[in-house]
Amino acid sequence: MAQSIVTLTDSTFDEEIKGSDEPVLVDFWAEWCGPCKMIAPVLEEIADDSVGKLRVGKINVDENLELARRFEVMSIPTLILFKDGEPQHRIIGAKGKGQLLQEIEAFL
Amino acid sequence: MDDVREVIIIGSGPAGLTAAIYTARANLRPLIIEGEPSSTSDQPGGQLMLTTDVENYPGFVEGIMGPDLMGRFRAQAERFGAEYLTEKATRVDFSEHPLRVWTGHPSGGETEHRAHAVIVATGARALMLGLEAENHLLGHGVSTCATCDGFFFRGQHIAVVGGGDSALEEATFLTKFAESVTIIHRRKELRASKIMQDRAFKNPKIRFLWDSVVTDIEGEGKVEGIKVKNILSGEETAVPVTGLFVAIGHVPNTDLFRDQLELGANGYLHTRDGSSYTDVEGVFACGDAQDHVYRQAITAAGTGCMAAIDAERWLEARGEAPSDIAETSTNW
Repeated sequence: MAQSIVTLTDSTFDEEIKGSDEPVLVDFWAEWCGPCKMIAPVLEEIADDSVGKLRVGKINVDENLELARRFEVMSIPTLILFKDGEPQHRIIGAKGKGQLLQEIEAFL
Repeated sequence: MDDVREVIIIGSGPAGLTAAIYTARANLRPLIIEGEPSSTSDQPGGQLMLTTDVENYPGFVEGIMGPDLMGRFRAQAERFGAEYLTEKATRVDFSEHPLRVWTGHPSGGETEHRAHAVIVATGARALMLGLEAENHLLGHGVSTCATCDGFFFRGQHIAVVGGGDSALEEATFLTKFAESVTIIHRRKELRASKIMQDRAFKNPKIRFLWDSVVTDIEGEGKVEGIKVKNILSGEETAVPVTGLFVAIGHVPNTDLFRDQLELGANGYLHTRDGSSYTDVEGVFACGDAQDHVYRQAITAAGTGCMAAIDAERWLEARGEAPSDIAETSTNW
């Protein structure tokens, strides 16, 4: 995993998200989800390209069911963009890099 | 010309990747336009990326996970020099040679690729119900990917629409999580294979609603129930489920070729009997994009192999194939 991707858990999530100066794109994923694996390298690229502008975090839903429930995640991959600690935009389902960047651009 | 390739393959399921293995081994340096990540079957690797155990692909005694199988196909073609482009083909022009294919992102510009031969392996995609509510509840209880989303329906009552192998496979898989799975099918008999039927009938968590169709999905922000109509009696009943999985069949991904290639019944590409030849010189079709009868991973792989051999022989006859082709072509 790219250095720039943060692993978030039920216990670290609030601190990490609220304490972040940059927007955080959070990826809800699991080991058994094919489309999640497909977008993993795309998210790594986005994280590496956007250092200083955007952070990328990952939440394994198997291990952090509380967060999945709290944000009503019912399908993975789900990406939620947080700004100033608040969810701003939700992307459900795997997408290509161009499409993802287009969707989050307005929030950066 | 240097920038005209021998072969471009559009699609990266079992058909496209088998064509890639064969054309790469024949030194034709194929470029595979493999598609973009997606949560539908329209993604690199194709329909098997959304399945779990594949039990009928020969050679895997204990079965293999769909995504693992496709990973192996891809790596095998790569070993022989296949190149991949993780983009979607947006446009083609087969009206003159060299043939042209464009790729690109909706946001950015398009890139033109040229080749002497094109192998079309774009496969098929799952049909949706076409209900208004379906779109805004997709990902909020309506799902096209049981393997991705089943986990979120632990202890809940859910429904699967359809009567084929994929419907029964999804339903059986979903019983690992759900309290109950109701299969809604428009007929009284299932199209699914005997083994899948036996498994479903034996599963105490699965029940069937026959001769029925889903007419509406209820809920704001999440699925709270569906309306099911019996097509014989016309009676409509509310079924309280929190999840709806749709598996009602497939349509070929051939929109891209509508004005370029001859399409047969239901939009499937037309190929000359016993071959992969389309009606355009140098364009070959394989896999589910041209097969409305068998639609198996193994038949897709088989026709992918046919397309590779047809393309190689066609190139050879035109004198476009690399000079060492005579030597490599005996190594099938």
